[in-house]
Amino acid sequence: MVEFEKTGDVLVAALKGEIDLHVAAPLREALDRAIEGLAFRHLVIDFRGVTFIDSTGLGVLLGRYRRVAGAGGTVAVTGLSSAVRRVVELSGLLRVTKEFGSRAEAVAVLEGGGAGA
Amino acid sequence: MLNRFRLEFLSRSENVRLARVTVAAFAAQLDPTLEEIDELKGAVSEAVTNAIIHGYGNSPDGVVVVEGILFGDAIEVCVEDAGKGIQDVARATEPEHSGDPERLGLGFSFMKTFMDEVKVESAPGQGTRVIMRKQLATRH
Repeated sequence: MVEFEKTGDVLVAALKGEIDLHVAAPLREALDRAIEGLAFRHLVIDFRGVTFIDSTGLGVLLGRYRRVAGAGGTVAVTGLSSAVRRVVELSGLLRVTKEFGSRAEAVAVLEGGGAGA
Repeated sequence: MLNRFRLEFLSRSENVRLARVTVAAFAAQLDPTLEEIDELKGAVSEAVTNAIIHGYGNSPDGVVVVEGILFGDAIEVCVEDAGKGIQDVARATEPEHSGDPERLGLGFSFMKTFMDEVKVESAPGQGTRVIMRKQLATRH
């Protein structure tokens, strides 16, 4: 469902599989645990492993976006397939996050402290 | 009517995927595009999730019924629950009307984006029936 990787003060959350009601609560808990337990400032959500996501899954991500952004961090997204992109766009998440072509690029830019690139 | 199916399952979150996959497999008979399949799965996911969360208040003991009908090159999908029903359907189907700040309240918006028509029949205590229709650009 999600795997974490930390580089400096950037946390990458790599989502996997179908993100719907069934994984919403465990995903929320896993993300919140990572947010509380790991010292990081910026979050990269990597959608490359996502095969399906609906508004319930996106609701969990928007909630975590608010937590990280509320604490002054930047949230970026990467790995959007055309199917996933459409739904992510409809949710409004793309309006408040930066999209990068790859996880490595996202991490490099955010670690460099730049929200602008 | 070319074909019809009816699927009944308990209001458990693991069954949302079952509904998506069943409707997708059924619609495949009309040879839709991948994008159309994704849209159908998306709409079904929203409707079934609503039945579980709102209709049955997350109780795992309710029954959700999903029906699909193929008409020529269109599919009609109906998602029904015998749960608590909707007081004000017009208001409930507007975006951001959601009791939960973490659910986006976009379920109905997504359904209306993915499907050509969405009708909701509901009343308090009388359950809810969501009927959605989509014309498919079949390649026959």
